[in-house]
Order: sequence, then C-alpha cells, then structure tokens
Amino acid sequence: MSADANPLLDASADGAVIAFRGVHYELAGGQTLLRDINFTVQRGETLVLLGRSGAGKTTALKLINRLLEPSRGEVHVEGRATLAWNPIALRRHIGYVIQETGLFPHYSVAENVALVPRLERKAAPYVRARVEELLALVGLDPTRYMERYPHELSGGQRQRVGVARAIAADPPILLMDEPFGALDPLTRTEVREEFQALQKRLGKTIVIVTHDTSEALLLGTRIALFEAGEIRGIYSPGEFLASDEPVAAAYAEQLRRLKEFERGT
Amino acid sequence: MNVIQYFERHPDEIFQATIEHIWLVGIAMLIAVAIGVPLGILVARRPWLSKPILGTANVAETIPSLALFGFLLPVPWLGDRAARLAIAALALYALLPIIRNTAAGISSVDPAVREAARGMGMTPSQILFKVELPLSMSTVLAGVRVATVLTIGIATIAAAVGAGGLGEYIFRGLAMVNNSLILAGAIPAALLALAADFLLSVLERSLRPGR
Repeated sequence: MSADANPLLDASADGAVIAFRGVHYELAGGQTLLRDINFTVQRGETLVLLGRSGAGKTTALKLINRLLEPSRGEVHVEGRATLAWNPIALRRHIGYVIQETGLFPHYSVAENVALVPRLERKAAPYVRARVEELLALVGLDPTRYMERYPHELSGGQRQRVGVARAIAADPPILLMDEPFGALDPLTRTEVREEFQALQKRLGKTIVIVTHDTSEALLLGTRIALFEAGEIRGIYSPGEFLASDEPVAAAYAEQLRRLKEFERGT
Repeated sequence: MNVIQYFERHPDEIFQATIEHIWLVGIAMLIAVAIGVPLGILVARRPWLSKPILGTANVAETIPSLALFGFLLPVPWLGDRAARLAIAALALYALLPIIRNTAAGISSVDPAVREAARGMGMTPSQILFKVELPLSMSTVLAGVRVATVLTIGIATIAAAVGAGGLGEYIFRGLAMVNNSLILAGAIPAALLALAADFLLSVLERSLRPGR
C-alpha cells in the first residue's frame, strides 16, 4: 500500500481490520470494565483510544491480541473472531508495544529485535539484515547499538527498540499501550514526531492507547473517547476539538488552557 | 598423634572418604534439582499449590537428620543400601531451598517482560525456557548453593547408617574420644562446603542478568 494513501478511501476498499461488536468485559468478581463496546478500525488507519486511567482503554487493547477474552460480544481481527484464531498466530500477526517496553533484559538489542523473526524460524542472514534495517528505521545506528543491553540504553532508546521489535516480523497491525508514557517531555515529543513519520511510511493499521490529548490529536486519524468502561464517541481530530459532548469538551478545554498558558495570557 | 600427622599418614584414606562424600552430595543434589526446580515452577504457576508443596518440604526440613536416616531404613529398596538411603535423605533436605528460590525467581520476573513475551506470540514453553528460567537462573542457583552447603554438612551424619564419607572419621573419633580423628573428618568437610559455596557463588554472579 502506498504510504500517503487516504486511509478512509482504503477503508472502503478493504473493510474493517478490527471490529468490536457489543463487547463486554467483566472481571471474575463481577466488576464490569467494558460495557457494550462497538467500533471498527479500517486498514491503514490509526485509532487512538483516549481516556483517563481506569477507563478501560488498555483492557480494550488487550482484547484485540487476545491477552484477554471478551465476556460477551466478539472482537474480530481480519474478519475472524479472536476466539476462532490460534492465539499464537493472532499475536504474531499483531505487533505490540507497551509502556515499560518489556524488553528482555537478558537479550541484547539485536536479540530483542530479532525475537519474532527467530521464533518464525527465519534464516540467520535475513534476520541480521532485518535487525539492521529496523534499527536504522527507528533512528538507532545498528553498529553502535546492536550489541548493547537494555539497561545500557536511555528511556527513549529503549522505546525505539521496543517499536523496532514490534514491527520486526512486519505485522499488518500494531497495538501500542501508552508507548511514550514513560519518557520525559522533550524525549517524548521527539520520539512521537519520529513515530509520526514512521507511521506514514509503514502504512500499518495502528491502535494507540493514551491519556494525552495532544498525543491523540497528533497521531490519530480518529479518536475513541473512553469514560468509565464506555465509549462516549468516536471523532476525527477536528470533530473532537469542536465536540460539545461534555467529556470531549473537557479535554479540549484543558488543551486550550494549556495553550493559553504557553502564550502567557 | 595430632591431626596434621594423621593427614600426613593417611592421605589416600582421607582422599577416598572425601571423594565418597562428594559423590553422595553430588548425586543427592542432582536429584534435588531435578525434582525441586519443576516443583518451584509449579508453585510459581499455581499459587494454591504453594502451601501444600512448601509445607511438605518444610516438614521434611524439620526432621532431625539422624531420625530421618532411621525412618528411611525400613523403606523397601531405599533401605537396602546405605548409600541409596543417605542420598534420598540428603535430597529431601536439599529440596526446600531449591523449590523456594525457583518459585521466588520466577515470580519476580517483571510482569511487563512476561506480558510482552505473551503479546509477541511466544508459547508458554518458550516463555518459560527463553524468558522466565534465564531471568531467574541466579536466584535458582542461590538456592542450589544454600542447599549444597547444607547437604555437605548433613552428609557427615550419613556415616551413622554406614554410607561412608567424611562422617566416618567423626563417628570413629567420637567413639574413641579422639579429637584428631574428629578433625580429620570435620576439616575436609568444612573446606568442601567453603569450596562449593565459592564456586557456586561465582557461577551465580556470572549468570545474574544485567539491569
């Protein structure tokens, strides 16, 4: 797929890659974390799940790669219910980046990035070339960083390795849970902008969880607003800022105040 | 005759007893690791099993060693040979630290690392062998080290049931009220324990994952 294709046009051609149909998720104790969730993600689109802590965004994300299973309703990936997929095959089809990155501390950077291609038994020369390509892609010099271990990297570098690892086997779908959450504000802006460029080049279907409004507006083609286990609305960035839905308006207002503060008014 | 003279006159005999001692402890440790590590993994996976498994191992630990050798004497097959009996008892003593450290090591693996492994489509056995066990290896080894040092000491009592080893000298010395003889068994046993402790701690440090 060409990188600058309009995701909305693509969507009509390929249909939904991910679809939530009446999904409920309850804990064993009966507590409801998600209530009647319905949304679709089109091919090549970036959907941001925005909401405060405990709103259910991460739970929704984990339902996609079947780290969790819905209590009621169905989650479809590529037209098939997640429960009908072999979970291992499903997860290899989906890249996954989490906040703490979850890099293996006993693996070097190269071994971390090579993990999924090796699990898929790809030939060693191919894997090596792929690792170098990916590190260069996320802005890390392969010769300098391949042999380092995660504890020898900065937070931003670890995050880049986490992204490289998630896309190593070229999965068509990428899930990211607060991917830039653990970074300091300056690094965060930097890595986020790099990621935005990467996103355009890769043309993957992406779902990102965040509680940061400006991040949602910057990265999302659409924004799903989560509040107390429900979706309050799904908006384009423009619609989100103009929305009079109370929660969306509160986020927009908070952002406006921040901008005013920056301007010194 | 002091202990130094004794060492000078009977080097072969003491060497022989030391080899016997190492053999008893070595086999017992192999068995204890082969049983203890899987049990430790089980405890980490199924917390409700932790009480019965650790409880049983704990009880075994509290039985006085001389009594345990006595208890095992009438057990068929085990009781037939003194060495067999001694190895079984020693393995039983070594079990608790190994189970406990294996379980602790596996439970202490960063949940984010485990979740990333699952999310990337690793199978449960890949997660165990490529992530959880390598990351808990130094903790497991610390348990093996404690168990080995403990077992080297307890193995001297195996001589009471005729299993040989350095305990022979200690018991002979006690019977003859001869301190040199007691030391001829006790000193090599202590040196053995120190050597095992040192070697295993070096191994443990070399396996500690970087952070």
